[in-house]
Amino acid sequence: MTDSDASGEHVIQVVTHRSRGDRLYRSVVRSAGASTLVLMLAIGVFLTFRAAPAFRHAGWSFFTETAWTPTPTGGRFGVAALLLGTALIAAVAMVIAIPVAIGTALFISEYSPSWLRRPLTSLIDLLAAIPSLIFGIWGATVLQGKVVHVSKFLHDHFGWFPPFRVSTVAIDGVDAAPTLGDYAASTFLAGIVVALMVLPLATAVMREVFAQAPAGEKEGALALGGTRWGVIRNVVLPFGRGGIVGGSMLALGRALGETVAVALIINPRTDVHDLLQILRSAGNSIAALIANGWAEGLEGMTLNAMMAAGLVLFGVTLVVNTFASVVVARSRSGGATEI
Amino acid sequence: MSVLDLTSIEELDRPPIDIRRVDPDVVRTYLGGAVASFAATWLICFQLTSMSGWVGFTAIFALVTLILVWVLAYLQWGRVLAADHAARVLIGMTAAIAVAPLVWIVATVAARGWHALSIAFWTKDLRFAGPQDPFDAGGVAHSIVGTLEVVGIAMLISVPLGVTSAVFLNEIGGSLARLVRMLTDAMSAVPSIVAGLFVFAVFIQSDMLPQSGFAAAIALSLLMLPTITRTTEVVLRLVPGGLREASLALGGSEWRTTRNVVLPTARAGIVTAVILGIARVIGETAPLILTMLGAQIFNANPFSTDKQDALPLFVWNQVKLATGSEGVALQRAWSGAFVLMVLVLALFVAARLLGTGRTRQRSSRRHERSMRARRVRTVHPEKERP
Repeated sequence: MTDSDASGEHVIQVVTHRSRGDRLYRSVVRSAGASTLVLMLAIGVFLTFRAAPAFRHAGWSFFTETAWTPTPTGGRFGVAALLLGTALIAAVAMVIAIPVAIGTALFISEYSPSWLRRPLTSLIDLLAAIPSLIFGIWGATVLQGKVVHVSKFLHDHFGWFPPFRVSTVAIDGVDAAPTLGDYAASTFLAGIVVALMVLPLATAVMREVFAQAPAGEKEGALALGGTRWGVIRNVVLPFGRGGIVGGSMLALGRALGETVAVALIINPRTDVHDLLQILRSAGNSIAALIANGWAEGLEGMTLNAMMAAGLVLFGVTLVVNTFASVVVARSRSGGATEI
Repeated sequence: MSVLDLTSIEELDRPPIDIRRVDPDVVRTYLGGAVASFAATWLICFQLTSMSGWVGFTAIFALVTLILVWVLAYLQWGRVLAADHAARVLIGMTAAIAVAPLVWIVATVAARGWHALSIAFWTKDLRFAGPQDPFDAGGVAHSIVGTLEVVGIAMLISVPLGVTSAVFLNEIGGSLARLVRMLTDAMSAVPSIVAGLFVFAVFIQSDMLPQSGFAAAIALSLLMLPTITRTTEVVLRLVPGGLREASLALGGSEWRTTRNVVLPTARAGIVTAVILGIARVIGETAPLILTMLGAQIFNANPFSTDKQDALPLFVWNQVKLATGSEGVALQRAWSGAFVLMVLVLALFVAARLLGTGRTRQRSSRRHERSMRARRVRTVHPEKERP
C-alpha cells in the first residue's frame, strides 16, 4: 500500500484490520476492566439508596448529632461523635505509625546491611498479612495489660495535657483516682493496635520512594564530608517528602476503615466529653459501631442509619485515598524533586 | 614560609582508612550508653516512680539510651557526629519497634492456641459445645469447611475478573485504563465493612440471597479483586515486549499472543497474585459478620438459608461469648486464631517462594555470567605467560 504525498516522497502506510476474534477479545477484556468502575459506582449508588431514608429522617443533624439511638421507626442518631472517635483513633495511630514507618523505611534503605534487607522487608510485609481479628484479640487480652500501665504513667505525669486527662466519677466533689480498669479499652489502645496494622503499608511506600533518592546527590553529600544522617536529612528526606506524605495518607485511609480490631478493643461510648480523653475506657468508630451493632433481623431506620454511617465512612476513605494515590503517583514519577 | 604546608603531605603516608572497619570508640559509646541507660531506667522505674510493666520500662530505656548516646558522642566528637550517632540509634530502634509486635503476636497466638492441635478440634462442630463445656466437646470442622468454600467461591469470581482486568490495564491500555487503575487503587482501600454493607444492601436486603456463604463470598471477592488486578498487572509488565512482538510478527492475533505467550510467561507471578489475594481475605471478619452471621452446626451448602460458619466468624463469636480473660470460649477463640494464623503464614511463605523462584533463576544466570567473565580474566594472563 504505497502512496505519494505532496513532496513526491513515497510514504508507506501499513493498514491492518483487527480480526473478529481480536475485536471480541478487546471488548471482553475492556468490559472486565470496566467492571471495577461499575462496582465502585454501584457501591456508592446502593449505599446512598439504602441510606436515603436515614438522611431524610435526620436531615443535616446527621452530621451534628452525637447520640446513636436509632429505632426501627426513627429515633435520634448522627455521626458527629462517631466521626470524632474514628478520627481520634486514626490520629493516635498516625502519631505512632508515621515516625516508626519513616525510621523503619530509612533503616531498610540506608542503614541495614544488605543481607538483612530482604528478610526485614518480608517480616514487615508479614505484619500486614496478619488478620485484623488476631490483632484485635491480642490487643484486647495481651497488649491491654501492658498499655494500661503506660496510660497510667502518662496520666500521672503528663495529666496537664488535656487529652491525657481522665475524669472519673466524683465522690464528695473530688474526682476519685482512676484505677487501672479506667484505662482499659481506650482510644489510646485501639490507636496503638491500628498503628501496628497500618505500619507495613506506610513503610512499604516510604521505602520505595527513599530507595529512589538520587545516588549522585547522596554520594556528593558524602564526598563533601557529610555524615550519613546529613545525607538523610539533606537528600533522602527532601527527595522522599512526597512518599512520606502519600504513604502516611494511605495509612490514614486504612486506619479510618479498620473494623474488627477496633470493635474488639474499644469500650463503645458516644459522649464527646468522654471521647476526647483518649486514655479513658471510652471510644468508638463508625466501622466498630456497625460491626458491634450488627445482629440478625435489623430493620427499618436502624438499618438505614447504619447504611448512612457506612456511606460516610466510604466517602471519607475514598477522598483520603484518592488524594494519597495522587501524591504517591507524583512522587514516584519524580514530580516531587526540586532541582 | 611556603604556601604549601608539607606536614600535611606527610600525613598521606598513613595507612589507608578502611571505611568498613567499626571504630571501637563508637562501639564503646553505644555499649556504655546502653548500660548506663539500663541502670538509670531501673532507678527511674523501680525506685523513683512506681512504674511497672516491661513495655514502659523498654520505652524509657530506649529514650534514655538515645539521650546518653548523643551526650557521649557530643563530648567526644562534637555536634555533627553526635547527631549522626543519635540518628543511627533512633532509626535502629524504630526498626526494632516495627518487628517486635510481629514476634510478640505470633508467639502469643502459638502459646495460647496450641490446643488447636487436637483431633477433636478439627473434627467436631459446636453443636453440643456451649461456653461452659470442656474444650474437647467442640471444634472448628464446620468453620473450616465454610472458610474453604467461601474463599473458593470468591476465587472463582475474582481470579478471572482480576486477571482479565490486569490484561486490559497492561495489554490494551488507553485513557479508560488510567481511570480503571486509579479506581482499582481506590477499591483496594475500601474498608472491608463497606464491602459487607454493599453486598447486604444489594443482595440480602432485596431478598435475592439469604445471609449465606455465597453472599459472603461475593463480599470477599470485592476485596480480593483489586489485590489480584494490581499484582497481576505488575507481573504482566515484566513480560518482555520482544516476546509479544515476536508472536505478533509470526501472525498471531492479539488474543493468541495473550493466551499463548503473555499469560504462560507470567504464570508464576499470577499464582503469586492469587495467593496474595487469598491471604488478603482469608482472615477478613467484618464483611462476614454482616453477610454470613455464623453458625454452630455443620453446613456445607453455601447457598442454603441455614446459616454457615467460617473461621474468622468462629473466633469472633467465641471472643464475644468469652467473659474475662480465661474460660473455654476464649481458649477456642485462640485456637481458631492459631489455625487462621498458620493458614496465613503458609500462604505468605508460598507467595514468597514463588516470588523468589523467579529472582533466584535470574540471579543464578547473573552468577553464571560473572563466573564466565572471571574465567576470561584468569585465563588471559596464563596465556600470556609462556
